[in-house]
Amino acid sequence: MQNSIIDIEKQALESIEKATDSEQLEQFSIKYLGRKGELTKYLRNISSLPEDERPSAGKNANILKTKLEKAFKAALSKIEAYDDKAFTGIDVTLPGRFVQRGSLHPITQVANEISDIFLRLGFDIAEGPEVETDYYNFEALNIPKYHPARDMQDTFYVSENIVLRTHTSPSQPRAMEKTQPPLRIIAPGKVFRCDSDITHTPMFYQIEGLMVDQNVSFGDLKGILTTFVHQFFDTQTSLRFRPSFFPFTEPSAEVDIRCVMCKGKGCRICSKTGWLEVLGSGMVHPAVFENVGYDTQKYTGFAFGIGIERMAMLKYGIDDIRKFYENDLRFLGQF
Amino acid sequence: MKVSLSWLKEYICVDLEPDVIAEKLTMAGLEVDAVEDKYDYLANIVVAKVEDVKKHPNADNLSVCSVHAGGDKLIQIVCGAPNVQKGMFVPCALPGAVLPGDKKIKKGKIRGEISCGMLCSAAELRLNTDASGIMVLEEGFLAGTPLEQALKISDTMFEIDLTPNRPDCLSIIGVAREIGAFTEPRQKLMLPDYTLPKDKIGKKSIHDYAKVQIIDSDLCPRYSAGLLFDVKIKPSPFWLQERLETIGLTPINNVVDITNFVMMEMGQPLHAFDFDEVAKGKIIVRRAGNDTDFTTLDSKNHKLESDMLMICDGERPVALAGVMGGENSEISDSTTRVLVESAYFNPISIRKTAKKTNIATDASHRFERGVDPDGTVKALTRAVSLMAQLCDATIAKDYIDEYPNKSVPVKIDLNTDVLNKRLGTDLSRDAICEILRSVEFDVEKISDVHLKVGVPFFRVDVVRPEDLSEEVARLWGYNNIKTSYPLVPAIGRPLDQKIVLRENIRHIMTGFSFFEIINYNFINENSCDRLNLLDNDKRRDVETILNPISDQMSVLRTSLIPGLLETMKINISQQVDTLKIFEIGKVFFATQKGSLPEEKEMFAGLITGSRSDQSWHSKKTRIDFFDLKGVIEGFFEGLMIKNLIFEKIEDESCPYYKKGYAAVVNSNDTILGTLGKIDEKALKNYGLKQDAFVFDFSLKAIQDLLPRDITAELLPRFPSISRDITIIVDRSITVGAILKHVELISKKESLIEKTFLFDAFEGLPLPEGKKSLSLRVVYRSAGKTLKEKNIKQLHVNISQSIVDLFHADLPDSQEIR
Repeated sequence: MQNSIIDIEKQALESIEKATDSEQLEQFSIKYLGRKGELTKYLRNISSLPEDERPSAGKNANILKTKLEKAFKAALSKIEAYDDKAFTGIDVTLPGRFVQRGSLHPITQVANEISDIFLRLGFDIAEGPEVETDYYNFEALNIPKYHPARDMQDTFYVSENIVLRTHTSPSQPRAMEKTQPPLRIIAPGKVFRCDSDITHTPMFYQIEGLMVDQNVSFGDLKGILTTFVHQFFDTQTSLRFRPSFFPFTEPSAEVDIRCVMCKGKGCRICSKTGWLEVLGSGMVHPAVFENVGYDTQKYTGFAFGIGIERMAMLKYGIDDIRKFYENDLRFLGQF
Repeated sequence: MKVSLSWLKEYICVDLEPDVIAEKLTMAGLEVDAVEDKYDYLANIVVAKVEDVKKHPNADNLSVCSVHAGGDKLIQIVCGAPNVQKGMFVPCALPGAVLPGDKKIKKGKIRGEISCGMLCSAAELRLNTDASGIMVLEEGFLAGTPLEQALKISDTMFEIDLTPNRPDCLSIIGVAREIGAFTEPRQKLMLPDYTLPKDKIGKKSIHDYAKVQIIDSDLCPRYSAGLLFDVKIKPSPFWLQERLETIGLTPINNVVDITNFVMMEMGQPLHAFDFDEVAKGKIIVRRAGNDTDFTTLDSKNHKLESDMLMICDGERPVALAGVMGGENSEISDSTTRVLVESAYFNPISIRKTAKKTNIATDASHRFERGVDPDGTVKALTRAVSLMAQLCDATIAKDYIDEYPNKSVPVKIDLNTDVLNKRLGTDLSRDAICEILRSVEFDVEKISDVHLKVGVPFFRVDVVRPEDLSEEVARLWGYNNIKTSYPLVPAIGRPLDQKIVLRENIRHIMTGFSFFEIINYNFINENSCDRLNLLDNDKRRDVETILNPISDQMSVLRTSLIPGLLETMKINISQQVDTLKIFEIGKVFFATQKGSLPEEKEMFAGLITGSRSDQSWHSKKTRIDFFDLKGVIEGFFEGLMIKNLIFEKIEDESCPYYKKGYAAVVNSNDTILGTLGKIDEKALKNYGLKQDAFVFDFSLKAIQDLLPRDITAELLPRFPSISRDITIIVDRSITVGAILKHVELISKKESLIEKTFLFDAFEGLPLPEGKKSLSLRVVYRSAGKTLKEKNIKQLHVNISQSIVDLFHADLPDSQEIR
């Protein structure tokens, strides 16, 4: 047994000598001094020694324990001192384990931004089918068959009376048939026209807006849309309302904003006019109210339609609308 | 529509700058798209002085001229004009100039002699018709002066984008009327003289020669006709040709040019027949009926439909009414007697005919929008009068005016208070009267707030008080209407759950590094084949677009997967070969013919490429099925949808997935969708090579499974303890089955908190067809800290039941404990 403790001492001290870092030291510490370590085991076994050997064995073991503890401590502080001097830290310029962020489609982002503006103004969101009847897409909106206004929109047909909706405006009669005034809705969604070039894709997004109540005026339409433009672009953006024609509004107005590119000086984007057409609007035509059974004597309302791609193109400086639907990740990742 | 300022000024006195006119027209609703200098085409044409003229050495009729056209040097130009002389000032087109008729001037050699430009005749410059020799200018110009400046000619062209409600402005006079409304002081229109030149009126009566019979008066409420004798067909005078050419019409001959001129001037389309070709002198206006085809004057043959309105003579059709005349009766060089038609046709009928025959003419464009039903005779008189002067013709002493369906003038009761309320304005009754009168409305004051407004016939767009509100608003100025803000009750409604769900999905997926994509709703008609769908697959019930942009976009999608694969292909072609993408969008299933298709919203996505790129800390590894499954598990956890069950798809319902590599996902007996690895054949159909993994879920199913309420649970107060079990089973035993078994036990044994797999292994040293699985069972009590003895028997029981049920072996030298 005496030999044994001498062996332990010898091995332990050698180990301490050999250890080159704190981790190794820690391992040795566990091996000799730990709960299941060599020395602990030895101490536990003392009871099996002949009675006369027990006191000295115990004493020696405890002396060794103190000694080893000291030696470990000394070795540890030596190593730590060495570590501090030689080790300058990690290379923080190594690239991290990168976590890719995903992104929402820019059209979704802009649609959300626009919706949020109107939600803050108390509008509700309504949605409708993307494939529509001729009735809701045209007739209910005061666009009878063979009306030249049908030329304003190149329509995709699925059958004689079923079309891919050419605008989000069918949401107007659909919402009005369901709800009596007062009514404040926006209806974002996909629309389709038979057209494809640098400024047209056969599918694009609009947000329809509709407000009906007693005493809603053209001045109110101007107010709501001015608020919208000021929130979406900035409060310095000037805008103008220009007479136009939509069969389902009377009077009808196009809204132009000062060109965001040239600030009105005239550039390629605004065709040198200094103005950009951003949305169509107007007071709801009484024929539309008649079609849904609203009292035209009692109620007035306004409606508007915003092209989301147009807004996104202006916001992000995109010159080719087709980019939105190519889904090239190098493009989508920019937003 | 193009109009020139000089032509407008024939009818209205206006001295505003062209840009101001354009701005004011735009703000009155006639959007001016472009303002152009009419003589832009004279760019690079300068005044030149001929310094020397020599005979061309190789051509008798050519001269070699040395001219001074500005700058220091003389330039050499070969000229064929007989009148060229030394000392003359002439127009010279320099290289780069483009003459009317798209004639580009370049430096070149003519019969061996260098020629650096062209000396021009007046006709070549479209300044008059003189083509006999080069145009001789007054002396004393500085050589090099731009010709436009030297001649002091200027004119402005306005390109107006007219909305379909304003056919009254499809004429110069119509536009002039609008300009008149904003002149200050207000100028009156100066209309052309509609009286016939007395010396040209003959003694013959049209009634002795021609007869007009309107059979279908519903489609032709009015037909006026005039007759001319001794007509001499020849080119129009320069002024007339020039008027037409500047607005884009090609001069043909005097008679045809006059009909076009009057249409452009007044908006009333006219047609001239060679009266000698009109059988029996009869004009019969009727539906085509049994006539089956007709050749228009552009020599094209058209199939007729029985309800198309035709102009016929005593024997046959001679014109497609309001659309285009016939080849059989058109004006030719030998025509001597001309019948001029000035009619009012039903707009819808004209539009149908124009659409069906696919002919769009200036005439049909105006008729289908609605011309002035009251204007036929005025336009007829104007045309006949011009023909008498410019074709040396004699006019019949009278004319025909068949008017079986008299137009009723529109009268509108207007309440000015209602109008002000609609607009948000505070205009006085008199101000409103003044505005309406400025565009020729006839206004009668009934009381302080009531007006009776007579609508002029040419304003076919105005029928209601609301239409008058637009007239007042646009002429008062939209931007003069005060901006206000509606006062509305502050009632709010909750957002539709579907909208909230979409937003949640987007948040979760972008957090998982996915990119949102948006594809077109239409896909290639062969998409179902490319996905290898079975013949009876519901996704073959596609809705077809009758007039698609291309075959690639000819049917409505019944699945988002084709779009995902196309997107993958586009990105790989751009060397982006690792993708994590998703789309939320509708698919469409055809129902009964003539009914709306069923629209179903889907949430689908695709991953492909590498899980991690090669870097200093890891090797490049490829994405596999379990990457996608992990996303799906995380996704549903994010939505708090629990109890997901993944079952291998054993049937042929999704043949685009590789067999054995796809699962259907359900929860609480509701099928949410599928996920799997795309089959090689389908990949090949899309020109793809690398592995792709796809998921495809129904938004509605997800929405139905969303938890209604979330109740917070108390956190455990006592620590858990875990015990492991490793078993060796047949490969065919699924982990899912084992976990389900333990879950069943846990329903009875509340101490089992959860069980999960932490290791799975196949291969040596395990026997062929076997695999080892290591499970960890976590035990916890709600009431105390568990000790070994509390769970020992339970764990043995669980282990033993697994071993028994799945015929499992234990690893060497182990026993259940």
